[in-house]
Amino acid sequence: MITIDKVTAGDALPSLSYDVTSTTVVLGALATRDWRPQHHDYHFATERNGVKDIFLNTPNQAAWFERYITDWTGPWGRLGRMTFRMHDSVFPGDTMTIAGVVTDVISDDTGCGWVGLDITLTTGDSRVCTTCQARVAVPVSPDDNPWSRSRDSWRP
Amino acid sequence: MTAVDELPPDIAALIDQPQYELAGEFPVERSYIWTSCASVENGNPLFWDDAIADELTGGPIAPPSMVSTWFRPHHWAPGRTEQALPLQVHFDLKAAFELPEAVMSDNTIVFYEPVRPGDVLTTLQRLRSVSAQKQTKLGTGRFWVIDVEYRNPRDELVAIESYTGFGYRR
Repeated sequence: MITIDKVTAGDALPSLSYDVTSTTVVLGALATRDWRPQHHDYHFATERNGVKDIFLNTPNQAAWFERYITDWTGPWGRLGRMTFRMHDSVFPGDTMTIAGVVTDVISDDTGCGWVGLDITLTTGDSRVCTTCQARVAVPVSPDDNPWSRSRDSWRP
Repeated sequence: MTAVDELPPDIAALIDQPQYELAGEFPVERSYIWTSCASVENGNPLFWDDAIADELTGGPIAPPSMVSTWFRPHHWAPGRTEQALPLQVHFDLKAAFELPEAVMSDNTIVFYEPVRPGDVLTTLQRLRSVSAQKQTKLGTGRFWVIDVEYRNPRDELVAIESYTGFGYRR
């Protein structure tokens, strides 16, 4: 379990690398109920969208970022917010690497512990495809549980 | 602001107004939760181990990042003559301004109460802003910000998604 006292601004999270295949893209699109053809149809992606292949959809990238964050926090970590900016696409054949750094650590007025993160998804050819800023609640002590917070005690 | 930049009154009247209040087409289900976790190899025991889910969250929940999944329409449904589109306000704006192309540049999701299997969520969309006409490397068009609010059957807010779109003509 990561508690707030173990986290400092500037800490780097362990990076995550993954070899993206067509299956990765199609599975991610179907798992998020995204039926748009650029995520499963090579000809549509290349001939209509003018890109080199099908590519990861945004909601699935959100799922990758969530997995990355909670791999680090463990199940006690509770996401408060995520903001993405898409710069480039992730294609089959890419090795994507997700890396993150702690930007700030605070406790709010309700006593909830928050960690700010800057996260970047890059590919092996050094393309920065997506940047993400996230805010995740982590326990302030071993007996704290951010998931027990609700309404006025949850200020994401 | 020049005439070309001014918002038509019918668009200006939509700012901050709730639109497209809808219920999901199906209840939140665990098979989709597991398929989503499998798609990104997410082994968080909250989604796989009921004992841990009971202890931490009072029972199973869905990954927060899945919230928009519960609102993407079926690819086909009986009686449907046109393809249903998520984020209809975005497509309405493209049509209103006669902008054939569009991209989403930013997406923010704020998470509130957890989403639980069996929930049928409800949603509404609010147009928050439309920019003056802009020239970018993609073309000439307008930026707009649309919020999508999601609530559970207990009328608790579960998430607000905020999309920044750019509709344009090359």
